[in-house]
Amino acid sequence: MSAPRHRLLVVDDSNVIRRRIERANELPQIEFVGAARNGLEALEMHALLHPTLVTMDLTMPAMDGAECVAKLVQRDPELRILVISALADKLTAIDALEKGASGFLCKPFSDRQLNDAMRKLIGD
Amino acid sequence: MSLETEVGVFVDGVLNYFSTTVQQGAQCGTPHLALNDMPELADYTGVIQVSGKRTGLVAFTAPKSMLSVMLMRMQETDMSHENLSDLAGEIANTLAGNARREFGQQFQISVPVLHPDRATALPYPSASRPIVIPIDWRNYHARLIVCLN
Repeated sequence: MSAPRHRLLVVDDSNVIRRRIERANELPQIEFVGAARNGLEALEMHALLHPTLVTMDLTMPAMDGAECVAKLVQRDPELRILVISALADKLTAIDALEKGASGFLCKPFSDRQLNDAMRKLIGD
Repeated sequence: MSLETEVGVFVDGVLNYFSTTVQQGAQCGTPHLALNDMPELADYTGVIQVSGKRTGLVAFTAPKSMLSVMLMRMQETDMSHENLSDLAGEIANTLAGNARREFGQQFQISVPVLHPDRATALPYPSASRPIVIPIDWRNYHARLIVCLN
């Protein structure tokens, strides 16, 4: 089994979703390092934990995901961000990608869909 | 968009949610307008406020037992009040967010709020009639309530 090469930060205001993403990860290359409840927390956790991957919700209190994506990418252009959101319209997905996200997964998602999206994110 | 089409958007969302998230399909009963009585609420109700081109709310209300089994199906071991509330809110959020596929970006949704009390009516917009979509999953009964101006 290969050692983890990617450090994952999960950002979502739902505890159920944060824990589910952590549990569902089947990829040995990815190590879960932390979780944040909103964009502001995500910025703090990024500085502390130095993740290489982030899953990002969009609709969150304090700082929404779109603003947080833009700030994280400005700070760390190599960071790979998978937006995981229920906002299912195309313009929202395009907007997230233009702000620097690397991928978009629509809620609801199955564990398999999540792992497929993560696999694409790390280019495996 | 006709009322029938609008309701269909939410029904499709419900069916997709259950088959994807808990891998067990749900059935939706006949959607109906709440005319005289306000829809009955269950143990947990997650509410999303809608603003933009449409205003109003989307709410998902379900019994504790149903939400507990849904969490189990998601391999979740924490059945606390906080997690049950969180799930009710997350379902409302997902169903409202998915509706943007048809309603567009101007269908703006809030973060989920847990409605505190079964006995208190939801904050329906004035001069509006809630649409109730009954949801049957396993032996449990929940409702999606959509009330938009």
